[in-house]
Formats: sequence, C-alpha cells, structure tokens
Amino acid sequence: MTSGSLVVPSYGRPRGVHPPPDYSGYRSTALRHPKKPLVLLPQRLTEVTGPLLGEELITPTDGDLTGQHDGEPQGQRIIVCGRVLDSDGRPVPDTLIEIWQTNAAGRYRHAREHHPAPLDPNFTGVGRAITDSGGNYRFITIQPGAYPWGNHYNAWRPAHIHFSLFGRAFTQRLVTQMYFPGDPLQPIDPIFNSVPDPKARERLIAQFDIGLTQPEWALGYRWDIVLRGRDATVFEGGPDFEGGEDQ
Amino acid sequence: MSEPITPSQTVGPFFAMRLPWPDGPFVVPEGTPGAVTIAGRVYDGAGNPIPDALIETWQADPEGRFAHQDDPRGASASGYRSFRGFGRCPTSPDGSYRIVTLKPGPLPCPEDPGGVAEAPHLDVSVFSRGMLDRVVTRMYFPDEAEANAADPVLSSLPEPGRRATLIAVPAPAPDGPGAPNGSPAAGGASAAGGAGGSVLRFDIHVQGDHETVFFDV
Repeated sequence: MTSGSLVVPSYGRPRGVHPPPDYSGYRSTALRHPKKPLVLLPQRLTEVTGPLLGEELITPTDGDLTGQHDGEPQGQRIIVCGRVLDSDGRPVPDTLIEIWQTNAAGRYRHAREHHPAPLDPNFTGVGRAITDSGGNYRFITIQPGAYPWGNHYNAWRPAHIHFSLFGRAFTQRLVTQMYFPGDPLQPIDPIFNSVPDPKARERLIAQFDIGLTQPEWALGYRWDIVLRGRDATVFEGGPDFEGGEDQ
Repeated sequence: MSEPITPSQTVGPFFAMRLPWPDGPFVVPEGTPGAVTIAGRVYDGAGNPIPDALIETWQADPEGRFAHQDDPRGASASGYRSFRGFGRCPTSPDGSYRIVTLKPGPLPCPEDPGGVAEAPHLDVSVFSRGMLDRVVTRMYFPDEAEANAADPVLSSLPEPGRRATLIAVPAPAPDGPGAPNGSPAAGGASAAGGAGGSVLRFDIHVQGDHETVFFDV
C-alpha cells in the first residue's frame, strides 16, 4: 500500500430520483422494504470498484432477440439503442447490459407466469450486450405486450423491457425498466408512477426515432441511460493509477 | 452534474429469465483451496422467506485488492485468475442462497491509508419483486473480532445493538442447523457448502424485529 496517497473517486448520491422503498400503490413493497433508516456508507474501495464483466459472457445472438430460434418471432420488430452515460455526461464503455421482456402477446417465458396468452416458440425474450467505447448499445427485438398482474383489480403493466446495468462501480449498479411512448397504461401504473418526479419518470420512456427506423424492416427507439456520476473534484490531484483499463 | 440520472425500477418476478448465470454463485470455482461458502436465507417483514430475490456480492481479493482502475494500488501481483470478485445467486423457494468465494483481505481507508483498516467484508445487494430499488448491506466475518471492532463502519453504527446483523456466523456443517446471525430463532441451512470448505451463515431480514442494517451508498 502506498501510505498517504489513496485517492478514490466519489459518486454523487441522488436524492428524489429513485422510487421510495415503501410505495402503497405497489402492494408488494409493504413487507419488502427496510423500516429503519438507511445508514450512510462512506464510499471506500469496495464501493468505488465493481465487476468489469465482459465479452466472455456474450454470444453472437445475444443482441438480436429475433434471431435466437429457427424461425422469426411474431410481432412488431424493433431496434432499441442508445448510450450509457454517467451524470457528468461521460460515456460508460465496456459495461454489461442484460435485458428481459414479454413476447408480442404480453407473455413472459417463465415457470411462474400464468397469463393465458400464447407463448411464441421463436421468442425467448432475453438479451445481453456490452457497450462500445462510446457507451453505445443496440438490441433488435420484438415490441413487448402489456400484461395483467395481481396488484389491484384490472391491473395491467404498460409494455416495457427490463434492463440491468453494472456501470464501472458498485455505486453505479442499476436495474430499471424502459417504457414506450404514448402508452395509455403509464398514467395508471403504480410501478412507473412510483418515481416521484414526473420529469424523472419521463426518462424511463424511449423515444421513437425515424432516423433509426429501417425501411421495410423495423421501427427504431432510442433510450439513453444515465448512471451516477463521479465527483470530479476528488479526482483532481489523484495518484497515477497502476491498474489496467481492461481488467 | 449535467445529465439527470435514470430512476430505478423493480427487478420484478421474472428476472430469472435472464439474470441467474450457471456459475453466478461461484466467485471462485467450487473446490478451490480455501474457498468459503456463504449461505443464508432472505426474509420479509412477516418472517417469511423471500423466494424470488436476487443476491449479489462484491468484494476484494484475499490480499484486499481489486483488479479495477479505481483501486490506486492496482491488482494483486498473484493475479487470482479464477477469482471474479462478484457473486450472484437467486433465492430458492425456501428463500435460501449461497455464494462460494475466497475470504477478502482487510482494506486501507482512503482517509487514513496508513492507519485505520476496513475489516474483511462483502458488499451485498438484494433485488426482488416488491423492491423498487435494490437494498445494500455488508457481510463481515465472525473470526475477525479485533478487525471488526476497529472497522469504521461497524464501530460507528447509530444503533450498535444491530451490529450482529452484519456479521456472518459459523455454520457447523452443511445442511446442519446453523444459528442465524442476529436472530435467536433457529433455522436449517439448506444450502450446502462445497466439499471441504468452511460454511458461514448470513441471513438477511429485509424488515422486522431482526431487520438487517442497510446502507445508503
């Protein structure tokens, strides 16, 4: 250890962006949230580092959810792409993204799924990608469907794609959902509306992009994801790092 | 700050389609010399096991280093090639999980690199249906009484009485009745340890009388 010089980055602590742990509109939160106050954890080495998982996890069909079976899946083919950034506007390169979603009929391929909508033998609904050096990612998939759930009478989830991201540090880990523009179920969905700030909520909705849309083939949606940023002032004057970029 | 961050949403009930990996629980391959198995259950506020949670762990290597550009000391010279640092395990219908890993070394504190050390620990995230964001806790080791006493996090908890919820307990044998950490109630550990490796029990109580200490990171 180099005594006297151990400078690590510091990540901002967002306030009022994430949903509250206890949200009465989403019943399952009742027994699954801590009731005691969270204890502030100073960000030290374990928190400012994180798993750098890479290409070894990716197979060629992971980014194309329409190409994982012998035949074409049913439904509207879409392209979903965007950038992963941090809140300082810096791209987050080489980071693993994992997604899962329903098929076009609103059915998940999962043993505990009971929605009586058809499974599609040509669609599993799972994907993985690694961002490139500019933080860009891209998936080809099928427009997911809405589906009913048991939260309250006549409850339906708006169409969405689940996203899981690592970023570069434990502090940046994010699991979220991407929604589609113009979905009439969004204003009455407790999970979407658990995000307290309407502007923050809007950031969960992808934008239709005619420039990304491919003629005669697929609609294009753009969705950028912003992870917590680093406090630049802590970085200034830091030591030269010995660690490699790609470990 | 220029870009507003993207809010969290629940992992939901169907993450098992994608997130579990066959080797996810293995921070090191099973049978690695010196491997320790961390096994436990996740409980909700009614004391029922949570059967659809995902546990993730992140930790230093046995020398207390990270193969990451933001560890200014750099990676350990020995490399620990098979050591990923990261573990991921979905809970079973009985709420149990297990992670097979190597015990991390102690870590220097950035605010006092030559002096105070953090005791060996894992950062632990819990995701589940009904959680709109992950909850984060830490797991410390029971055979580190001295280091734990000096640890800056453990020694400054607002409620010192809850410290035990962060310290794993030795499990006598795989499948044996380990004493749950921070809880007087007995429960059987269903997650077996690797052959020859030691087993620690670390239960997580999301809510209730034995609520685990959770952190704002």
